[in-house]
Formats: sequence, structure tokens, C-alpha cells
Amino acid sequence: MKRRKAVSTLLMGIGGAILAPSIFLTGCKSEKKRSEFLTDEDIALLDEIGETILPATSTSPGAKAAKIGAFMRLYVTDCYNKKDQQVFIDGITKLNVLSNEKHNDDFVELTSSQKQQVIKLLDKEAGEYAKTKKKGEQDHYFSMMKNLTLFGYFSSEIGSTKARRYVSVPGRYDGNVPYRKGDKAWAS
Amino acid sequence: MGYLNIKGVAENTFDAIVIGSGMTGGWAAKELCDHGIKTLVLERGKNIEHLKDYTTATLDPWDFPHRNRLPLQVKEDNPIISRCSAFKEDSMHFFVKDKEHPYVQEKPFDWIRGYQVGGKSLMWGRGSHRWNKFDFEGPARDGFAVDWPIRYDDLAPWYSHVEKFVGVCGNKDGLETFPDGEYLPPWELNVVEKTLQKRIMSSYKDRYVVNARCAHLTEPTELHLKQGRGKCQARNLCVRGCPYGAYFSANSSTLPWAAKTGNLTLRPYSVVHSIIYDSKKGKATGVRVIDSQTKQVTEYFSKVIFLNTATLNSNLTLLNSTSDRFPEGLGNDSGVLGKYIGFHIYRGSISADIDGFLDAYYYGRRPASTLIPNFRNVYKQETDFLRGYVSFLQAGRPAGNDNSGLIGAELKDQMTEPGDWKVNLSMQGETIPKETNHVRLSKDEKDEWGIPLLNISVDYDDNDEKKIKDFYTQGSEMLEKAGCKNIQTRDNNWAPGLDIHEMGGVRMGKDPKTSMLNKWNQIHSCQNVFVTDGSCMTSYGSQSPSLTFMTITARAANYAVEQLKKGNL
Repeated sequence: MKRRKAVSTLLMGIGGAILAPSIFLTGCKSEKKRSEFLTDEDIALLDEIGETILPATSTSPGAKAAKIGAFMRLYVTDCYNKKDQQVFIDGITKLNVLSNEKHNDDFVELTSSQKQQVIKLLDKEAGEYAKTKKKGEQDHYFSMMKNLTLFGYFSSEIGSTKARRYVSVPGRYDGNVPYRKGDKAWAS
Repeated sequence: MGYLNIKGVAENTFDAIVIGSGMTGGWAAKELCDHGIKTLVLERGKNIEHLKDYTTATLDPWDFPHRNRLPLQVKEDNPIISRCSAFKEDSMHFFVKDKEHPYVQEKPFDWIRGYQVGGKSLMWGRGSHRWNKFDFEGPARDGFAVDWPIRYDDLAPWYSHVEKFVGVCGNKDGLETFPDGEYLPPWELNVVEKTLQKRIMSSYKDRYVVNARCAHLTEPTELHLKQGRGKCQARNLCVRGCPYGAYFSANSSTLPWAAKTGNLTLRPYSVVHSIIYDSKKGKATGVRVIDSQTKQVTEYFSKVIFLNTATLNSNLTLLNSTSDRFPEGLGNDSGVLGKYIGFHIYRGSISADIDGFLDAYYYGRRPASTLIPNFRNVYKQETDFLRGYVSFLQAGRPAGNDNSGLIGAELKDQMTEPGDWKVNLSMQGETIPKETNHVRLSKDEKDEWGIPLLNISVDYDDNDEKKIKDFYTQGSEMLEKAGCKNIQTRDNNWAPGLDIHEMGGVRMGKDPKTSMLNKWNQIHSCQNVFVTDGSCMTSYGSQSPSLTFMTITARAANYAVEQLKKGNL
């Protein structure tokens, strides 16, 4: 990556910003042949995607701290059907293509504001896709990533106990407790 | 099998045999043992010991690798049981997997089973509502099936007997359509449910929103503490087995109680092949059992036999208990055995939003809902379909609202707080007994014990479809009058069976020519065999049936004790 980054910086330097980024994509590591279904590198990438979707804030750690990448790999491997798995895997590549198109680098290398830009673009794209999607068609890969991040984070220990409120043994039920804006939701 | 081994026979002889250890088998065992009757309980599955075998009971959500969802392999291997909403990562071990015990579906039927000590009483929904007098008068008034040989008043004292022991929380509402029982304090309705209750009840003269009554110890009595059971902690994880013994199951309550009398022998891994009939004595003498681990066949003998293997398996066992006297199945002189199988319609639900109440929330996870007793065709026939439905009403504030377009801290903040209030209404409708809804033995397919597979042929009819439509219309109207918005109806298209309220096939009745059992649940023509699970039901009502099954069982078991002591059995 470093080498390609240098080349791209060089080209930028000589006013090459309008050069078709696809030229560089042939060497992009995200397109290399997969030796396994989802790699440790993918986990690192999914951690970054998850963290951009649900970042650490002043009130609680983000999705990366909840090991969202490892959760996504496990869930996609064990619970997705073959077709959805393919959409998800292809999505990883597509996400890096977009990342390179917009910011001339793989997603993991981007600054956090660049990451946000990419994720916002994808969220919009996935939202529009969902509106026209026919019944039985696969979800957009980014919808999968967003849903898995939300589900995985808020069912994790960190998401349950730090972001939301979790009481393992409530002991009683009260049907009317005051709520003030900002109070956290129950985790389950 | 026709060996003569006097010592063996003596060792294998009991006063009573109860086949099945679940909801009703546990009750039969408890009542018999309490009266000094030496009782053998046969269970086809493994043992599940209270507390010790609740392996997932205290796990947190993140302890489950798939966070309590099902891996694809499990779904692909088990298309039937995977459709059951209670079948998840935390409870899979309590349900029968598809390949373990196959059956034939002449029409789509999802047969949900729990083969273990305690049966489905471990995973049941816990709704414990008495049927009302109209439920028992239904067939006679509306001219379907046959008349029940009993009425509400016959069961009322036994309902009390069972409720006190089980521990049912609820409110005494004083309604003719929702008879009161013996209750522990009810769960509270939340703010929105109370508002909906007020608004719906002020809009209609004959519709009531009440606390559902359920088998939870909200305030254990001496009798419950004596069972070793404690107070409900509002975790709402009942399906895993309760570490406090706070909800009723055979495992937490009736079986350990029966064991303490010293009169109980519990034998797991015992697949009942058939009931043995002796034509000279004119009664059943015992039960033929296949050990599921060794495949060894053993016969057990007793004066009285209770059949409690849950509705469809009790049909199967009787159909498979043939003899020269009963070539079509034990007690089947009438030919009705296996016919008139019913269920409850769970297909319809309605979701809605309600504005406001954003300054209110709740604490704890209440394992119950509110309920609207049936208001259709109660006093007279008034619609173009027969009988009615119960509706379950619930309101809550799930975390977050529509998050499309949100990313980052904004999304996280939104999903971290409770969203707007949501309302859900769902139906539980009565079906009408039909001869065509039936089960029979497969002619050519057998299970691994050599017992014929059960062929199930049960379907919805026009009356059911009309009832679902009526629920949509009436339910939507009630929610609209109560101030709800965005009201949407939904048909989950469930096949029969997923309700897990299958009933009938061995129905009670006054006339041996048209029914299998008399008013004490004895087989008309073989009176030392009692059938007291869901298969005995003449009609199906609209209330959850388990409490009524238990009540019928307790009543029949006490009658059996009387008759045994008089030497009549």
C-alpha cells in the first residue's frame, strides 16, 4: 500500500488528480485472490467500517471496541446464505473501490472524516437501492454491514452495558417510570 | 414379548402408569402420588432436572455466539422447528429437531414438540386463563361437534385447585366472559397500555382490556415455597428454564412434588409403543415400552393408565394400540379416533404507532401482556362466522426510531435512546371441529422404533379466513378509536401447528357412538385408561388451553383415585 500511496501522491503533486483512479485499482490489495472466506485483514476493515457507523463517543466506546469485525465474520460465515455471503464479500471490494475513487486509498488508510464521507455516500446509495429493491432480491451490501453493526454492537457487552442500560436481573416490573430525554434505552 | 416372568412382572407392576411427563402428565403424577398411588411416569426423552439442566438460564445476550439467532445450518436442517418463534440459540436443546422424529404432512402442519422430562411445560407461553361457560356450551348451541359432557361448573373447583398450586398472577376482573380464579398480584400495565385500556373500554360496552393471567410467582405463597420455588425476577427468559422456579413447569413443580411422596418412579428414554389390552379382563393391563437407548422392549403393568403424551402423540399411541377387540385403535368403536383435530388461529396481528407519552418509560422485563377476551358471538350468533377470538395487546418503546440516513454519532445517539411507543395487537382464534381435520397412521412409513409415522391432515377453512378478516377490521377500529396511527395488519401465513395449541382427536362426549371419552376422561369402552391431555378436547375455545388441560387432568386423577380405592378399576 505504501508504494501505491507514494505513486498516487506523486501524481497528485503533478496535477494528476483527475487521472482515472481505476488505473491504480489493479494493484489494490482488496482485489487479490482470497485464500479464505473472510480474512483477518477483512476483520480490520470491518472494524473500521463498524467504527465509522457507530463510533466511540464521549458516552461510550464504539463498534471496534465491541469487536464488531470478528462478530461480522462469524455471523456472515454461520448465518448468511451463499448468495448473501457473496454480496457481502463483493461489497468489501466495492467499498474499497469507492474509497479509492473518492480518496485514492483503501478504506482503512483514510482519515476519519474521509471514512465518514464514504460511509455516508454508501448509506445513501443503500437507502435508495432499498426503495427500488424487488421482493426476494438481496439487500445492498452496505445495508448488511450497517444492520450487522447495529445488531452486533447493541447485543455486545459494551453496547448493552455502556451504550444502553442492561440489568441482568431486574427483580421487579414498574410500568411507569419517568423518562427524561437522554436517558438510555434498555438493552433487552 | 409374551414371556412369563413372575418376578419381572412384579417388579414392573405399579398402581398407575402415566405416559408422558409434561404439562398434564406431571399433574396426573402429582395427584396420584399425593393419594398414595404407586405411579410410574414414562417419558420418551431425556431427563431435564430442575435448575441443574437449565444450561443457558443465566447467560447474557453476548454469551451466545450468534447473539441468540440461529445459524443457517440449523435452519436448513430444521425447516419446521426453525419456524417456531421460541426456537433460538438459548432454547434449541428443548425442542425436537426435524430429523429426529419425522412425520407425514398431508397438508402443511408444523408439529412442535419437546421430548424430555417436563415436555413443553418448560417452554410454554404460560397464559393461564379459565375457559368461560360459553366455551363449553358452544358445540351444543352452535350445532357442531358433539356436546361437552361437562360444563364450566364441573371444572371450577378444579381450576382453583390447580391455580393455587401452579401460582397464577392476575386480576379479578368480574367478567362473565373471563371467569376469575385464585390469583397472585398481577403485573402492572404500562402507561400506554393503561391509556389504551381506558380508551377502548370507553368506546365499547362489551370489550374489556385486562391483565393476561400467567403462571408466574409474583408473590409466592407458602405452598410455592414448599415446592422450592421463588419469586419472579422479571427477566423474561422463561424459555430457558427458570433459575428461581418462578414460572410453572412440570420440572419445577409437579414432578419434584410427586417425587417427594416416595410414590413416583420416573423412567426417561421410554418410548411407548402401545397400550396392552386384555379382552378377557375387558381392560388395559399395561404398556409396551421400547428403551430408546437399548431398543429393549419391556412391558409395565398397572391397574390404571393415564395417557398424557400431548395431543397428537396420544392419538398416535391409541391408533397404534390395536387388538382383536379394537382393530382400529384402543377404544375406537365409534371411528372418531384421530378425527376432529383443532388448533388456534394465530395468523393475524396489527401494529400501530401512538403519539406522546415520551416522558414515560418502564423498568424490568414483564413476562406477560394484556388481553381482550372474546367479544364475538358470545351471547348469540351475530357474525357470518362461528365463535370468536381473544386478542393480546402490548405497548412498548423499542430502542431507536427509523434510522435511515443516519450514520456515526448521530445514529448511535438515536439508537441508544428509546424510540416512540409502538402498539401490537395479535389474535388467538377458535377453530371449529371438523371430521376432515384428522391424523392417521402411515401405512408404509415407520420410525426407528418400528412405530408407524403419523400422517397429519389439518387445514384452515372459510370460517377461519372470515375470522381473521374480522379481527383485522375490529382490531384496527379499536386501535383507531384509542388514538393509534399508522395501523397495519399482517398475516404471518403460519401453517396450523405453529400455535402449539393442537387439540382433539380423542374427544370427550356423552355418547360412546360419537366420542372416545366419558365425562371423567375414561375411554368409554376401556375405563381404566384415562386420556387427559389436549386430545380430549371436544371443542377448542379461544383461550389458551394448558390451564384447562391441567384442570381436567387433576379432576380425572382424583376420580381415578376414588375408583381405585373402591376397587372399581
